[in-house]
Amino acid sequence: MNRHIKSFGPRVSRRQFMIGAAGLSFAIALDGTNVATVLAKQRTGEALSPWISIGTDGTITIMSAAVEMGQGTMTSLPLIIAEELDADWSKVKIMPAPVIEAIYGNPGFFLTRMYTSSQNAVSSYYQPLRLVGAQVRRVLLDNAANRLGVPVAELKTEPSMVVHATSGRRLSYGEIASFAEIPAQAPTIGPDELKKPSDFRLIGKDVMRVELPSKVNGSAIYSIDVQVPGMLYGIVVRAPVEGSAPVEVDESSVRAIPGVMRVVRLPYGVGALAETVWAALAARRALNDAVTWSRTGTSWGFDSEKGLDAFAADASNLSAPATDWGRKGDAAGEMARAATVLEATYRADFAYHAQMEPLNAVASVSPAGDAVELWCGTQNQSAAVDATARVLGITRDRVKLNYLLLGGGFGRRGHADEEFIVDAVLLSKEARAPVKVLWTRGDDIRNGRFRPITAHYVRAGLDASGKLVAWHHRLAGDRVTPFSDMGLYELGGRKDFILMAGVDLDSYDIANQWTELLYRDTGVRTSPLRGVGFAASTFVAETFLDEIAQKRGIDPVQFRLELLRNSPRGRKVVETVATMADWGRPREGRALGFAFVDMVGGLAAGVAEVSLDRRTGQITVYDFWCAADCGVQIQPDNMVAQIEGGIVYGLGLAILGRITIKDGIVEQTNFSDYLVPRMRDTPAMHVELIPSDNPPVGVGQTSVPLVAPAIGNAVAQLTDIRLRQLPMSPERVKTALG
Amino acid sequence: MIQFTVNGFPQSTDAPADTPLLWVLREGLKLAGTKFGCGAGLCGACMVHIDGARAFSCQTQIGDVAGHMVTTIEGLSADSSHPVQRAWVAERVPQCGYCQSGQIMSAADLLQRNPHPTRSEIVEHMSAHICRCGTYQRIVRAIERAAQEA
Repeated sequence: MNRHIKSFGPRVSRRQFMIGAAGLSFAIALDGTNVATVLAKQRTGEALSPWISIGTDGTITIMSAAVEMGQGTMTSLPLIIAEELDADWSKVKIMPAPVIEAIYGNPGFFLTRMYTSSQNAVSSYYQPLRLVGAQVRRVLLDNAANRLGVPVAELKTEPSMVVHATSGRRLSYGEIASFAEIPAQAPTIGPDELKKPSDFRLIGKDVMRVELPSKVNGSAIYSIDVQVPGMLYGIVVRAPVEGSAPVEVDESSVRAIPGVMRVVRLPYGVGALAETVWAALAARRALNDAVTWSRTGTSWGFDSEKGLDAFAADASNLSAPATDWGRKGDAAGEMARAATVLEATYRADFAYHAQMEPLNAVASVSPAGDAVELWCGTQNQSAAVDATARVLGITRDRVKLNYLLLGGGFGRRGHADEEFIVDAVLLSKEARAPVKVLWTRGDDIRNGRFRPITAHYVRAGLDASGKLVAWHHRLAGDRVTPFSDMGLYELGGRKDFILMAGVDLDSYDIANQWTELLYRDTGVRTSPLRGVGFAASTFVAETFLDEIAQKRGIDPVQFRLELLRNSPRGRKVVETVATMADWGRPREGRALGFAFVDMVGGLAAGVAEVSLDRRTGQITVYDFWCAADCGVQIQPDNMVAQIEGGIVYGLGLAILGRITIKDGIVEQTNFSDYLVPRMRDTPAMHVELIPSDNPPVGVGQTSVPLVAPAIGNAVAQLTDIRLRQLPMSPERVKTALG
Repeated sequence: MIQFTVNGFPQSTDAPADTPLLWVLREGLKLAGTKFGCGAGLCGACMVHIDGARAFSCQTQIGDVAGHMVTTIEGLSADSSHPVQRAWVAERVPQCGYCQSGQIMSAADLLQRNPHPTRSEIVEHMSAHICRCGTYQRIVRAIERAAQEA
């Protein structure tokens, strides 16, 4: 079955040279400051799938462990290996790595998952992959030294070539591969034996992203494009509320559609199988009114507006119980002694990923139900395999996963249960045939998993000189990580980092900080979403800091520079963006707003130039300037593209996108009522990257949280009103204007 | 049986006449470069040319295409050599790429009728589309480049 689909396994020549190596050793992972690699054999007891294969023809096959959703990691991770290996990039072939966590697992998730998320692929894999590349290069050098009968110290490498300068003799990597022997242990590479950034030939040089050209001619393949012989089409109407189940199904209207084969009851919904996609989509429409649902599940009756009101009431009521998240110094004591205390309450609505490719998957379950082949776009290859094995009651090795390009991810496709893949698996099992399951856009929103609602109470204590001495942030928020991935929640010490990211202000010199969590479970489906907790909490902090600066009568940029007195890198991005935006020059009818973020070591500052139509409440953003220091730049132009994309995504979260829930059910249906930025909404974007030799930090989310506070702070300049809820929609602006 | 032309070749389908052209292209003819995004003419991922002018293939019934000429991204050029495609690579526009077939078809449609559009004409024309990766600024640059180099 399915033999015409190209195999994703590595195809290498017979005479190949295999080195397997990967990852952090457990002991060293604990402090997170050092890395080591070992031969796969040492790790797993068997010599299995390699990171790198060098063919005798010189072809260098490098595995790609992360998935490609437009952020460029399919290129940038192999590029890191190729750099230290000193490979000729034109001879490099990139293959999707098989799902073997012990070898390819993301060090950022404790090697437990192949999971592309949290903008940590480059930052987590950078050092291990450099070592892998350097180790393989060393093995090539050692073998070449033996063959040439010269000391290894006399050898150098040029791209894919070992060179003995004094004799002029040269051996290509392909030649060496034909006779090389693999050592029993991986060679040790000291930190000073890695390349100096000034010697990089590939990193920082903006090589063409490997899959990009396929995206201008229709040849790029996403899972929604896959067809398998004998394939049927499936659709699923899922319960509107998590935990609900179908009670009664009126199958007659569905079965009456020509081409519909059968209706399938699932534990969480109702599916239909059809011979053609058009019959399947007709079945989907017919099922809208054909199912009644049990009132099981906790979010029936939930109203997101009232829910957020309740969150806000609790957050700002200091006697409402909360759990400590972070404590530095004595914020409560300093607050009591402060000359001035300011306070404010903020809110953020549910937000939807709206990746362009509606969720879908193709599954081909064997007739006996004991094996399956999958084609899907997932951020979490490990979860795709695990979730599938679990629902079929089979072992992981019976799941063959083909992971394809993703038409956007933004956090939606990495949940442990991978429910959109399970749809296809269950329907294929029922059909005893391959099935492609398609979600409509309406399904994608209605079954959406959202950036959670949060309410924030913040207060700041200033001493008699006006210095900010105490910061207290109480966040009432809907749980995310336990719903998204309970295993990850456990691994992270039962702390909801996705929800709480951004509440601690690491770069700022604020001696006393206290953050608290009022943890809520509305039952609504939630998810990490590009920008995660930073999007809301940076809006809160940067808006409030702007207000404090205003109250003190000092320039907001100057105020941030004071707070960043211990962070030269932070000051640099702030000064850079202020220069770029010509901060301080008044604009007729417009104003500038500023924001800064420290996103897990990625530092960025942004300025928005904004006008406001007081009649309609419509905010217009003309320009957005962003300066960022994210360490070593693997692919600088691609980083700029990511920052631009983050600004547009952040613009949507700031003023447009809003999910509301009534009686537990999502109210939005399509791009007609869930608004996202279009070209006409998008400002001119100006991005500057600060050169750095510091370790690289991911940049996919970094600019997202800057946008809302920069816009809101500009509006405050224009109007003296503070917008304290995301999104800052026209209706809300009008209400705030009174 | 409905007969029509796709990328210069005669095609036919037995899909019901009210089936969106999009699905006949994607699943029937295996021309999957044209994408499904919203099914409602709101996102532009499905954009094709019908008789040389852009059209939402998700909003076009196959019955209405009978006897007409459809061009998809696969037929825009044989080798990615259309000025818009070349400009798209030069400006490194695509990120996830899912919306880009539609964007390219719209851009080609614009330049065919208006070889030197102003910035605001580009923005108005292209605002029929959604790109969630936020590649808009590069799309503008690519269209301006294509207009220059064509």
